[in-house]
Amino acid sequence: MSKLFLNCDEANKICDKSQYNEASFFDKIKLTLHLIYCKACRLYSRNNAKLTDCINKSKVNCLEESRKNEMKISLKKELVKNQK
Amino acid sequence: MSKGNTKHKLDVNKWVDAYSDYLFNYTIARINDRNVAQDIVQDTFLAGLKSMKNFKGEASERTWLISILKRKIIDHYRKINSKKGKAEVRMNYNSDTESQGDWLEERVSDNLEINAEAIIINEELGKAILECLSKLPEKQAQVFKMKTIQGFETEAICNELNISASNLWVIIHRARTALSGCLEKNWF
Repeated sequence: MSKLFLNCDEANKICDKSQYNEASFFDKIKLTLHLIYCKACRLYSRNNAKLTDCINKSKVNCLEESRKNEMKISLKKELVKNQK
Repeated sequence: MSKGNTKHKLDVNKWVDAYSDYLFNYTIARINDRNVAQDIVQDTFLAGLKSMKNFKGEASERTWLISILKRKIIDHYRKINSKKGKAEVRMNYNSDTESQGDWLEERVSDNLEINAEAIIINEELGKAILECLSKLPEKQAQVFKMKTIQGFETEAICNELNISASNLWVIIHRARTALSGCLEKNWF
């Protein structure tokens, strides 16, 4: 039962996981318990949630890696053509 | 190329890694279509390559590329509007009994969340996030983007990049700490 009390590293890991909805129910209980007495992790947890919120709100978008590679290849081709 | 003593230089090989996400976000905010936006970003890179000689080095690479991108976006809208009749606005009155004579627009419920101000703020926020992301080490940024923005499963990322799950969470943790620190300074 010693695992009921997390250290800060473990707590942060669960906090990160919970941002992606990947923390189990028991994990969340342990995290909440930890947050009751750990001020540093409370702060981290709050900032972390804020970050997730920001990213969702801003709707940042990314290109897929495959598409980026395509671009790189076509750029390289052009570059070679230009140098000739 | 003749850029000798100028401050800013062009490095084509780094363009895609360094700017494609930034340009893509800029485009997608203006053209709501992933495929079209991707094509436009690619066109921008190619156009940039062609006019490298015109780069005077007064602005940074990114600013220069954005200015090309702006032209490309305008061109895109010009092209889709050039066919006759497409630019013409067609309005019909409704013929339902109850709301007869109402404009279609009047029947749409007001969406309180979507207003111009919020959209601008969110676009600025997106820029700030990308700015901070570009300061992270490449690996962290890559993992973080895949996980958070593209929403890949943990396992898929691990397989793709050949790292263990706990390794991934450590990277994510570092990225998140750095990012919230960076945003703290620049945004909140």
